Amino acid sequence: MSRTVSSTGRVTPCEHLDVAEPPPAVVVQPSADELHIPTELILRPGNTNCAGCGMSLGLQLLKQALGDETPYMSIPACCGIVTAGAFPTSAYGAPVAASTFASAAAVACGISTVLRQNGDDHPVICWAGDGGTYDIGMATISAAAERNDDIIYICYDNEIYGNTGGQRSSATPQGVATSTTPRGKPERKKDIMRIMAAHGIPYAATLSVAHRDDFLRKVRTARSLTGFRFLLLLSPCPTGWKSEPDESVELVRRAVGCGLFPLFEVFDGMRYRINVRPGGATLEQYTSCQRRYTSAAIDAATIRAGIDEQWKWLDAQCRAFPA
Amino acid sequence: MPRTLLTGNHAAGRVLALAGEANRAARGCCGGAYPITPQTEIIEYLRGVNFTRGRIVPVESEHSAMAVCIGAALAGARAFTASSANGLSYMTENVFAAGYYRLPIVMIAVNRTLGPPWNIWVDQGDSLALRDAAWLQFYTEAHQDLVDTILLAFRVAEDARVLLPAMVALDGFVVSHTQMVVDLPTQEQVDAFLPPCRVPHALRADHPATVGGLTWPAETAHHRREIQEAMERVPAVLEEALDAFERCFGRRPSGALAETQTEDAETVLISCNTMSRTLRDVIRARREAGEKVGMINCKLFRPFPRQALLDSIGQATRVGVLDRNHSPGSGGVFWQEVAATFGGTAQRDGRVIQDYIVGLGGGDVTPAVLNEVVDDLRRRNHAAAPVWREVAL
Repeated sequence: MSRTVSSTGRVTPCEHLDVAEPPPAVVVQPSADELHIPTELILRPGNTNCAGCGMSLGLQLLKQALGDETPYMSIPACCGIVTAGAFPTSAYGAPVAASTFASAAAVACGISTVLRQNGDDHPVICWAGDGGTYDIGMATISAAAERNDDIIYICYDNEIYGNTGGQRSSATPQGVATSTTPRGKPERKKDIMRIMAAHGIPYAATLSVAHRDDFLRKVRTARSLTGFRFLLLLSPCPTGWKSEPDESVELVRRAVGCGLFPLFEVFDGMRYRINVRPGGATLEQYTSCQRRYTSAAIDAATIRAGIDEQWKWLDAQCRAFPA
Repeated sequence: MPRTLLTGNHAAGRVLALAGEANRAARGCCGGAYPITPQTEIIEYLRGVNFTRGRIVPVESEHSAMAVCIGAALAGARAFTASSANGLSYMTENVFAAGYYRLPIVMIAVNRTLGPPWNIWVDQGDSLALRDAAWLQFYTEAHQDLVDTILLAFRVAEDARVLLPAMVALDGFVVSHTQMVVDLPTQEQVDAFLPPCRVPHALRADHPATVGGLTWPAETAHHRREIQEAMERVPAVLEEALDAFERCFGRRPSGALAETQTEDAETVLISCNTMSRTLRDVIRARREAGEKVGMINCKLFRPFPRQALLDSIGQATRVGVLDRNHSPGSGGVFWQEVAATFGGTAQRDGRVIQDYIVGLGGGDVTPAVLNEVVDDLRRRNHAAAPVWREVAL
């Protein structure tokens, strides 16, 4: 899958992570029943998503996880609404409220409140990008999490404002070039998982489209709980990442493999569980296939230092508060 | 109806609670609550209510208060909230969204001056800034008018021929924080007056529609035109609601406009909210002194009751408009509507339509101030730029 992409040479393969006696990764295998693929889709043919969009893969896996259950969805005015196509058609095989940008969680709160007071247990799902989650929707999400509203909030994080053509967000990694950080973003990526965990919500987890079983299990775990559940999906955007559409799944596999995107779960905002430990991919294998990185004003050592720091922190959490 | 001594805010809270509870046999009620002076007591009251099927969500901002209402209405519930001044400004994006979604949400707007500079007193500029948001707007004179109008607002907003949100405005402090005796309806009466809330385009698990998705220009223009047509149906639907109100409660509140001594009046003042109550006393006193003066209280601002105004203005040659609001670079917002209503006929029939900007920032519009306005208007043979009357609290 490697591809010839010009590199500045500053990004080098990931070295061994300096973690003494790492906690074991807990991989839970799904049963045969759980692999049932429903015929009705949440994301139907005719949607307007670009090829290789992580959101498309995520929505298909979401439906596989939910089975025949139809969610009520609140999707803000981001890529996720363009996805639907124009009135009167909709590519969504679920009822969707197309909310204003900052309001997905609050609209979902209204929907969820009314469904529950009418004895209706359908899941209510927010599906929002990093712009609507890390930035403009932050106050709304924080409030919904603090109230423990009965919502599954899924952030498809493409690390840019994709709908407007690829501007920086607070989810953009340090050094990455975007249309508003042409020389690379100076600031670090906001750690949304720590922020959400700090609300003490019942469940928070990261999702990978390259780890299907882990993805399905986590959605089902979220579904089995009540209250505010937060799922973070690393969502490749070939247009913004300057990557190849057919490499999106592989890119996520490498992001997990090199340790940049850890797969883990947090219960009650406190108890941590790591699902996949780094291995099988190097940082350069991840970054060299994305021209947003190859033009980046950051060296691989700095990125690796961030990865090491992140894993030290995660391991410390797992040791102190294992799930 | 039990007669009860209530502040404007508690009257509003009580009626919202009655309306919410009245939907218990359907999808119940829901709303978002966020405090701002001077409406805070409304949401405090609502948070204390134990609904049979309903919940008021304590949110982190007015923007989310309206978003919760939107979600609740999209799930088929009766939804309502309250706000004021900068809260309404902060909420604005979702105020428009509620209108464009065609959701019959009811919001109490306790009028307060927009800041900065910060000022908590009454000024209608906050809610009038939302005049283009596809909401019905009612402006109420006092406590009883407020109670009656909130009930009418739910009934009209939820009518299948309208399906638009409705805002009911009252004066901050002058009404919100003063007490008057009101006829407060019983739950049984409200149950009888308000049919179950039905949102025909509510989300349904068995009907995967996207509400509020993308539209092309032609569909967008059609959508806006449908809103306009719904607005145009409001006066007739409001009259029906008044008939139903009379059958239910045994009395008939005023409708879109309320005239006082406009028959044979040469001079007519147009105003809203508590200014109208003071003005009514001034008009009556001057009538007794033999002056041919009258007034029109404008309760319905959106849709603006143009035909009713044309019908009720009679042969008055001098029309004064009291505006406790200001649109910089133009003038008072009510005056703009009145001037637009008379349009080209103003010059042809020689009518003088004069704007008076009074009581901005909560200045006390006393009988003395209003007598000055009437004196000024009666002397005028031509309209001039809006006249400012700066008055103290």
